[in-house]
Amino acid sequence: MSSPSENPAPKSAGLAAFGAILRREFAGYFRTPLAYVFLAVFNAFAVSLAFFVGNMYEAGVASLDRFFLYHPWLWAFLAPAAGARLWAEERRQGTIELLLTWPITVWQAALGKFLAAWLFLACALLMTLPVAFTVGWLGDPDWGVILAGYAGSLLCAGACLGVAAVASALTRSQVIAFVTGFLACFILVLVGYGVFDELFAGMLPSAMVDEIRRLGLWRNLEPFTLGLFDLRPAVYFVTVAFSGLGLSTIIIERR
Amino acid sequence: MALIEAKNLSKSYGAIRAVNNVSFSVDRGEVIGFLGPNGAGKSTTMKLLTGHLRAESGCAIVAGFDVSDQPVEAKRHLGYSPEGAPAYGEMTVREFLRFAADLRGLADPAERVRATLELCRLNEVAAQTIETLSKGYRMRVGFAQAVIHDPAVLILDEPTDGLDPNQKFEVRRILKDMAARKAVIVSTHILEEVGELCTRVIVIAQGEIRCDESRERFLQRGEDLNQVFRKLTA
Repeated sequence: MSSPSENPAPKSAGLAAFGAILRREFAGYFRTPLAYVFLAVFNAFAVSLAFFVGNMYEAGVASLDRFFLYHPWLWAFLAPAAGARLWAEERRQGTIELLLTWPITVWQAALGKFLAAWLFLACALLMTLPVAFTVGWLGDPDWGVILAGYAGSLLCAGACLGVAAVASALTRSQVIAFVTGFLACFILVLVGYGVFDELFAGMLPSAMVDEIRRLGLWRNLEPFTLGLFDLRPAVYFVTVAFSGLGLSTIIIERR
Repeated sequence: MALIEAKNLSKSYGAIRAVNNVSFSVDRGEVIGFLGPNGAGKSTTMKLLTGHLRAESGCAIVAGFDVSDQPVEAKRHLGYSPEGAPAYGEMTVREFLRFAADLRGLADPAERVRATLELCRLNEVAAQTIETLSKGYRMRVGFAQAVIHDPAVLILDEPTDGLDPNQKFEVRRILKDMAARKAVIVSTHILEEVGELCTRVIVIAQGEIRCDESRERFLQRGEDLNQVFRKLTA
C-alpha cells in the first residue's frame, strides 16, 4: 500500500510542531502594542515599589531583597495579564478548531504556549537588570544571591502563569481569564501573609494552618532572595506551574 | 481503500442527538456534497471526522488511521477548514501559512507557502493581516491552510459561504483541479453546487443520513432541487 498522502510529513514532526507553536506564541506578544505597555508597566512598578515603598536606597544595603519583596504582587497581577490570551483567544477566534485538528497533541500545544508566555515574562524580568547593576555600582553585593533572587522570581512567575493557564482554558473571554487568574494568584500571595489564618484557625488544626501559610508566594521566594539554598520552594513553584499546565491541558482535551 | 470511513458515529449535546449512527465511506477521487438544513448535524459530523470532537460511539478513520487512537497520524493526512474559516487575525496571510507549514513539519515550507499562495490566488494580499481581509479572501486563506500539505483527505465546512459568484467559481475550480487525487467532503446548502462540483451526495437531517447516492441519481430525483431537498429533510 502506498502512502495515502502525496506529501508525507517527516517523523520528527512533533518537535517541529512544538517549535512552531512556541515561535508563533512568543512573536504574538509583540504583534500588539500591549506587549510594550506590559514591559513598561512591569519595569515601572518593579523599580518604583522597590525604591519608594521598599525604601531600597535609604536602607543603604547592597542587596536586592527589597526589590524582590514585591515580585509576588507583580507576578500575581501581570502573569495572568500575559497568560489570559493563551486559550481564551483561541476559543474566541475559533482557531482552537484548527489547532486541534492539526497534527499536534494538546500537550505539545499547551507546553509550547506556556513556555512562550514564560519566556515573555523572563524578558520583562531581564529588563530590570539595570537595578542589579546599579546596586553593583553603588556597593558590593553578593552576585550569587542576586542571581538566586532572579531565578526564584522567574520560578514564581511560572507558578502564577500555571494558575493563569487554567483560568484561560476555562473561558473564551480574556477579561474573565485575567480576573479569575489574578484573584487566584492574589489569594496565593495573601495566604503567605497569614491573612486567612483566623478563618482557617476555626476549622483546621494549627499545624495545618501553618502548612497552608507555607503556600504563600513570598514565603517561597524569600529563601532565594536571601541566598539560602532550599529545594522545597523550588519544588513548590515548579509543582504549581506544571499542575496548572497539566490541568489546562486536560480542560482543553475535554472541551 | 476508502480514505474516509465513518462507522456508526453518534454524538449528543445534552439531550439533543446531533449525530445519530452515521456511517459512510469515501474513496479517492470522490467529492461528497454534504447537504442538510442548518442544525442537521453536518458540522458535527465533520468535527467527529477531523477529531475536533470525540464520538460517543462509533469511529472515524482517516487515511487508514483511527482519529481517536492515532490522532496525529490521521491529522497529517487531513486538511480541514472549519465553518467560517477561522484564522489568527493578527498574522499576515504569509505568516499564517508559514506557521501552518512549519507546524506540519513540511520539507520545504517556503516553497509550499509560495505554491499555495499561487494556487489560491492570494499573492496580492500575502503581506496583509488576515483581520483586514474581505470575507472572500478570508475563506480562501482557510482553504489555503487546508491544502498546504496536499493532503489525501480534504474536509471543508461551507467553503463557499458568503462568497460572491466569481469567488465561488474560483473555489470550485481549485477544488476540481485537485479532486481526482483526494477524498473530499464539502458541506454546503447551495444545491447548485452539487451538479457542478460533486460526484456523490449525502443528505443529512436531524442527525441521520437521509440519502447517499451518486450525483446522477440525485439529480434524477426531480427538476426542482429545492423541492427534492425539502422532501428528503422533512
